Amino acid sequence: MASLGVETIVAAIQGGVVPTGYTDTGVALITANPVDGVDSEGVGYGYENCWGDQNPEVLAMAMELEGAAAGMMSVEEMAAAIADLGEEVIVGLITKTETNPFFVKMREGAQAAADALGITLLTASGQFDTDNASQVTAIENMVAAGVQGILLVPADSSAIVPTIEWAREQGVIVIALDTPTNPEDASNALFATDNFQAGVLIGEYARAAMENPDAAVIALLGLPPGITVNELRQGGFLEGYGIDMESDQIVCVQDTQGDQTLGQTAMENCLVANPEINLVYTINEPAAFGAYTAIENADVADDVMIVSVDGGCSGVEGVVDGRIAATSQQYPLRMASLGVETLARFVITGEAPTGYTDTGVTLITANPVDGVDSEDADFGVANCWG
Amino acid sequence: MTPSQDAKPQPILEARGLVKHYGQVVALDGTDFDLYPGEILAVIGDNGAGKSSLIKALSGAIRPDAGEIFLNGEAIHFRNPSDARRFGIETVYQTLAVAPSMNIYENLFLGREIRRPGVLGSVFRLLDKKKMLDDATTYMRDLKFHIQSMTQAVSTLSGGQRQGVAVARSAAFARNVAILDEPTAALGVKESSMVIDLIRNVRARGLPVILISHNMPQVWELADRIHIQRLGKRIAVIKPNDYTMSDGVAIMTGAMNVN
Amino acid sequence: MTHTNQERTSSTSLVNRVFNIIAAFRLGPFLALLVAGAFFYIQNERFILPLNISLILQQTSWIAALAIGQTLVILTGGIDLSNGLVMALGTVIMTTMAVENGVNPFISIGMGFGVTMAFGLLNGLLITRLKLPPFIVTLGTLNIAFALTRLVATTTIGNLPDIQTIFGERISLFGTTFTYGAIVVFPLYILMWFVLRETAFGRHVYAIGDDREAARLMGIPVNRILIQVYVLAGFFYAVGGWLLIGRIGSGDPNAGQTANLDSITAVVIGGTSLFGGRGNILGTLVGALIVGVFINGLQITGVDPLFQRLITGILVIVAVTMDQLSQRIRK
Repeated sequence: MASLGVETIVAAIQGGVVPTGYTDTGVALITANPVDGVDSEGVGYGYENCWGDQNPEVLAMAMELEGAAAGMMSVEEMAAAIADLGEEVIVGLITKTETNPFFVKMREGAQAAADALGITLLTASGQFDTDNASQVTAIENMVAAGVQGILLVPADSSAIVPTIEWAREQGVIVIALDTPTNPEDASNALFATDNFQAGVLIGEYARAAMENPDAAVIALLGLPPGITVNELRQGGFLEGYGIDMESDQIVCVQDTQGDQTLGQTAMENCLVANPEINLVYTINEPAAFGAYTAIENADVADDVMIVSVDGGCSGVEGVVDGRIAATSQQYPLRMASLGVETLARFVITGEAPTGYTDTGVTLITANPVDGVDSEDADFGVANCWG
Repeated sequence: MTPSQDAKPQPILEARGLVKHYGQVVALDGTDFDLYPGEILAVIGDNGAGKSSLIKALSGAIRPDAGEIFLNGEAIHFRNPSDARRFGIETVYQTLAVAPSMNIYENLFLGREIRRPGVLGSVFRLLDKKKMLDDATTYMRDLKFHIQSMTQAVSTLSGGQRQGVAVARSAAFARNVAILDEPTAALGVKESSMVIDLIRNVRARGLPVILISHNMPQVWELADRIHIQRLGKRIAVIKPNDYTMSDGVAIMTGAMNVN
Repeated sequence: MTHTNQERTSSTSLVNRVFNIIAAFRLGPFLALLVAGAFFYIQNERFILPLNISLILQQTSWIAALAIGQTLVILTGGIDLSNGLVMALGTVIMTTMAVENGVNPFISIGMGFGVTMAFGLLNGLLITRLKLPPFIVTLGTLNIAFALTRLVATTTIGNLPDIQTIFGERISLFGTTFTYGAIVVFPLYILMWFVLRETAFGRHVYAIGDDREAARLMGIPVNRILIQVYVLAGFFYAVGGWLLIGRIGSGDPNAGQTANLDSITAVVIGGTSLFGGRGNILGTLVGALIVGVFINGLQITGVDPLFQRLITGILVIVAVTMDQLSQRIRK
């Protein structure tokens, strides 16, 4: 996602065409236990595409394969073209926090792409997941520093819009990553993981894998209302499962702030009020691990299914050892390589990137179910990030 | 109890030729000082006369640039107020130095807590609260200082009672001298007389007291002798019976001379 | 304050007498705990199940350990904003050393203690030698701890050796299980309550917070005691970390980010004055339990998560106001 953004901005500078629209960098359901009717990838595939500590040989192979298929310009050629421009090219990347490994990998991907192309990358982030104020300051400072484009993962999709508009008025291109702005066209373009699709995959999986899905007792461990990423993932889960928020099957809804300890507390307390809970949606894998510790301590681990989103390496390990039934794996690093290709294509042909760039989301599960495509835990480990 | 009129007893605390400069300002210009056993010695003088510098030198708060201090005839040097305390000289500061939330006996023993005997005290360092409470109660009774309860917080006491606690504390631990800096400055008439009685009781138990005060009536009421400080020197020591208060003020300001 | 003893007439009204007793024994926080418990029991009778009580203790115990250190610091008139992140650094050291560097697990725990106490020493030295306000100093060390933690680990460290998760082990009591972690906090509180009441060190801690100049004039080694307090607080932050590892089963670099405020909340609700010199450490334990009861009760009752935070915020203000009122009526 990040590198794609970097390249696109570079291409915009070179080609003068401002990127627009929504570019889906993809989400794939990764599971070791596929179920019928739900598309997913296995763990082998998951590792190939995971974001995190990765085997470089594997990555090189993948790039070569994809590069050869696309018949593209190499990175060296693009770097040469940029050097020919004769001016310093600066771009910025603003994520939500420094601490979430997803953003750490995104930053590494962007930095690697920037280094390969010979451009300068400025980075910044908020102090906590919903820290809008720090992002406002970061945008202002980066514009003052002379960036030509900014990649932004919005902490607050609506509140950041005035600052984005100001930046665009200064002639800076702003591309939203992972989470759309509200309204979506406030940014020049959007490269997003389809968080909704990620939720749908685990919802469909859960429906197919639960013995008695219409009688399941469900807990939702997410984020405060209004936080986009949870609205999408949780909403997708409900849609994939086939229920809505009013459903009687949902007995507990809590805010975990994506934190492992808070997730454990929330799950423990949900279980006290509703000991019959047997299906849990979690906003991310740290929350899922917290929930698992709670159900293990309550001796109901065998009766409760936990699903999650992220596809981090430690998360996939959770699929391997059975703590998480299925997780939707996303690919910040894969975006880096695909982003490079897309930008190169733009520089050569002058065509602005358009349409849906799906880097995929894969369901990873150790227990596939009929009708839901998935990949197994080995794939997930091979492609995980972290 | 006044010092006997016949043989001149040796001073308990003595200073000769104390000098102190603060930059260009001369605070002490060769001050002498004598305090005899069992007396209340008042130190009076105008502002800038060197009163507080003299007292700070005697209590260890400052080190004189020149001059000697003798305790029971032996020369001593203070590096800090704790040294002075070790030599048995206790000072009651104008700020009182009491901890308001702590109770009376805790304040009496602040910094000098009594530990329980044996292992409990030496290894576990547990306090002997009962002994401290008993000692405090007995001591206050001996001083005829009436407090309803030793376990009430000092902040609940009146200003005079708080002053009394600070005075009693210094008297309790002073082996040689108690120095009181403006003890009734913030008090009303009734409370002042309570503190004055307390100071008398301290003297009655044999402890000499140095009293710094601007309050002439109290000085004349309490003191056995009066040390008058002027322009960095001791210019006179008088007895309250021999001179009037206005005489004292006149000597302080230089309008009157004494040999 | 110039009333004499004679002027302080005790009113014979029942309300005033009840308030006097409450204030005298600082029962305010404890009563609040009972009232809160009763309220949540009415909302959902499962609240009172031994299982749930055990959960509340588990959820609260690591914050309660942090709050011991915070109480000591606040009693001296200071404050420690760094404790949550210093604890996180401690847990990350404890776990990384054992799991990734092959260090003996018990020694690894010792290293974690060493790190948190070193931060205590750093805080103490900066506050006493450089005479900087504790608020500023601990704000700085908070950020240092944050960065150091992420240099050591960016993801959670699992598969911990048993000695490290020992406080997660369980024993059966009253028909349900309690973790060692839930239980061990109590004797620690009793111990520190005793130290603060019955040793010279404890009295000096209070004196320094009550009137630092008076303590100094009375010969109390103020700087030495302050450093000891901050180092001792660091010890308890490592205890909290060890308890947290036992609870969640891993070392989490993202743990403890709001724990500093949670520990301060526990101290304040427990009746200790933020100005120093007054307070009872047992009150902190009750304060921590009150916060835990509220979070647990609100989640069990199914209150909207947004309102949970609102209510917890109001709770702090109400608790402190009640305590202040009862103290004033007493005077």
